[in-house]
Amino acid sequence: MATTDIEATVVVDARGLLCPMPVVKTAKAMKELAAGQVLKLLSTDRGSVADIPAWAESTANALIEWHEEGSEFVFHLRKGQGG
Amino acid sequence: MNVSTIENPVLDEEAVRRIVRSEMERSASIDGGRSSAALIASKGTLDWAYPPLILATTAASLGMESSIFFTFYGLNIIHKDYERLLKVSPLGNPAMPMPVPMPNLVLGLPGMGPIATQMMRSKFRHKNVATVRELLDLARELEIGLIACQMTMDAFGYKADDFIEGVQFGGAAAFLAKARKAHLTLFI
Repeated sequence: MATTDIEATVVVDARGLLCPMPVVKTAKAMKELAAGQVLKLLSTDRGSVADIPAWAESTANALIEWHEEGSEFVFHLRKGQGG
Repeated sequence: MNVSTIENPVLDEEAVRRIVRSEMERSASIDGGRSSAALIASKGTLDWAYPPLILATTAASLGMESSIFFTFYGLNIIHKDYERLLKVSPLGNPAMPMPVPMPNLVLGLPGMGPIATQMMRSKFRHKNVATVRELLDLARELEIGLIACQMTMDAFGYKADDFIEGVQFGGAAAFLAKARKAHLTLFI
């Protein structure tokens, strides 16, 4: 699946921010979504590579995929039931 | 007869691990405490203001109900004047990165403390680290319990008015009542 095929309901731009802001912004934006909707996160914080999967696991949201685009990290997360 | 002893266990180690793991999972699934965090902030310097605020805001973002109990010098973090009170000293802090190595004798000179504080502030600003103000605003937005230690307030002569909006007041029992129900407690 090409990552450009994933339709995101909302895009969170956390570029330039450091821990804990990418996780905090993601959590805040995810609250507004309904189960099954997709959030796209843009981050330049290398810590996000470990933190975002850990956040997804602890909150029962699903990390669909993540990849690097130049110096940026792009994450696609799907809101879970009650997540 | 099948006698279990340390030398001759009936269950092998893997079996015991399996049982312990499944029991832990079972208790976690019925225990609300796994989703709450109770932190203590006891230090009042700019560098040490960060760990409790970062961990509490992240815990809240992970869906945990979080609280921070500010005691002793940690009260600086929620004092209305925190921007002036939170400083960092290079003296007796050999881990602090300095542009050039400096002996303690030099670090003890007047003016070195403010210089170090300015250095850390500008470095954090340059790297776009969240400020203490941003983290405090976030903490209140995420409804993190900010509890000031009443005993320290009385001992240091602070009034309720001296603290930022949203702060609650309590003692050891207020913290322990939360901590005993939390799986995550940290003393920082």
